[in-house]
Amino acid sequence: MKSKIFVALTFPSIMAFSALIVDNNRSAIQLPQADTTKWPASFEFGRQATPAEIAAWDIDVRPDGKGLPPGKGDAKTGSTIYTLKCAVCHGAGGRQAPDEKLLGAALVGDTLATSRPKTIGNYWPYATTLFDYIRRAMPYNQPGSLTDNEVYSLTAYLLNANKIIKNNTVINAQTLPKVVMPAKKLFIMDNREGGPEVK
Amino acid sequence: MEKHKKQTSHKINRRTLLGIIAGAVALPINKAVAHNAGTESVGITDDPTKSPGAGPSAVGKRSAFEQPVRKPSDISSRTPLQDTYGTITPSDLHYERHHAGVPVIDPAKHQMLIHGLVNKPMKFTVSDLKKFPAVSRICFIECAGNFRGGKEDLTPQDVLGLTSQSEWTGVLLSTLLRETGVDAKAKWFLAEGSDAAVMTRTIPIAKAWDDAMIVYAQNGEAIRPEQGYPIRLLLPGFEGNMNIKWLRRIEISDEPYMTREDTSKYTYPVKDKIRMFSFEMDARSIITYPSYPQQVNSGWIEIRGIAWSGRGKVDKVEVSTDGGKTWELANLQEPVLSKAHTYFRYLWNWNGAATEILSRVTDETGYIQPTLKQLAEARGPDMGGYHMNPITAWQIKPDGKVLFKPEIIK
Repeated sequence: MKSKIFVALTFPSIMAFSALIVDNNRSAIQLPQADTTKWPASFEFGRQATPAEIAAWDIDVRPDGKGLPPGKGDAKTGSTIYTLKCAVCHGAGGRQAPDEKLLGAALVGDTLATSRPKTIGNYWPYATTLFDYIRRAMPYNQPGSLTDNEVYSLTAYLLNANKIIKNNTVINAQTLPKVVMPAKKLFIMDNREGGPEVK
Repeated sequence: MEKHKKQTSHKINRRTLLGIIAGAVALPINKAVAHNAGTESVGITDDPTKSPGAGPSAVGKRSAFEQPVRKPSDISSRTPLQDTYGTITPSDLHYERHHAGVPVIDPAKHQMLIHGLVNKPMKFTVSDLKKFPAVSRICFIECAGNFRGGKEDLTPQDVLGLTSQSEWTGVLLSTLLRETGVDAKAKWFLAEGSDAAVMTRTIPIAKAWDDAMIVYAQNGEAIRPEQGYPIRLLLPGFEGNMNIKWLRRIEISDEPYMTREDTSKYTYPVKDKIRMFSFEMDARSIITYPSYPQQVNSGWIEIRGIAWSGRGKVDKVEVSTDGGKTWELANLQEPVLSKAHTYFRYLWNWNGAATEILSRVTDETGYIQPTLKQLAEARGPDMGGYHMNPITAWQIKPDGKVLFKPEIIK
């Protein structure tokens, strides 16, 4: 992998493809190098992005808390918002009643990965993902309509409903990354790199 | 020119036409032609040599006698693999999977941002992207959850219709990163769509240097809206969901973002753990002819199908006509491309006795497509539906009926 990266950095367009020349590497089909000798240092297509443009779109949140906005919330406030905006798809209290078919997924369950359904309590390794996902994609019919404080409160509500935090815990940019999710210890990175083994 | 066209239209003779009409009545798949369109509106006459046909049109369309269709569910739509020839999927039959519907995006207003661990954060319009040195590549895309089974009346489309192949054209991501510069600490990048799910995945930066592309064209025309119009990320060989459609943002990072799709969705139980960040689709093959609901006669049958690997080229495909007891090499249709559907064919003289036919692929890393049992042994019986690539069998009954062979693992 390392040598591949080196090649790409040195001659960016060597990784380009042509139907005519097929090499034996796993992915690459190469163009004649002559083509790349004409490449300028920059093509000068596109333009520098402004800080305001970046801020407007930079909504992601990482497990270390990078990207979390100012604001805060708690489970009690979140409970009201949940009932108004989430329960219709995810069930009262985030649970799937027997014989009920939810429009969305159940969100509350025990903390065993072997239990069904997969929920925040048993199948989400990072608490920050909750904030990120709710803010970007929920509610399904009005994505992006929640304020940051509402998202913090919903996050707190769902963590509390899954018995991960106490109902009076305030969730904000400092406390959320510190929440340890029960499923964290179950997750492993795929380490397969090809070869004959079935894993 | 006029004369030439006329001659072409004479190629279908009356007997063939009558056969087609008879077929349209007999075969349910062609009912739509006879019922909806009516023979009159598709231009059928007793003798096409006796009246001129339709004139030229601005946009061509399929023969009314050919009705390949995707199979939509609530969340996806599957390619009719059994109705396609060769390896390029017609763009309108490419499988679909989206998480909040297909957005309508004006390409004149669409922009893509690259920022994070770069020297110079940049915005590109679609028109900017089209000016860069371009690359075309034929490769498959396959949904990570491309697996169905459990009953006999399944077609290839039902079993694994969430894979399709196109010739994609665009700019290498490495070409764009050359413009922005990249910090030495970079290890990952986030790709984000502009659909209502603001779909997001974390991808190793090595893929950006290897063969990741931002593509704007598919099979010679602009990408179809359901495939990400006006631009999508293309990660050859990687699971479908990572090929972010309607792409608007790439952020370079030293740590993975652990998005909902990275963690609680596109992951699967392996023994007592949950495996995440499975990128490459494992080698897989399927016989598309003969398959359910087709009917065959004893005598010569050319077994046909497709094979692929997310890790490189197909090295060989073997076919068994005796339920997996013995295996023979199939012919591979050239060119055999890396991370691409590869067509295979095997000529078989069926004696009319009940049997099962199977295919298995070996890729250039030496990986041999496993049985469902082998997968269950490696991962445990509770392995979910992601990254499943088992050998599949078709049962051939003495009367020529072809049925999927359902396998149970628990």
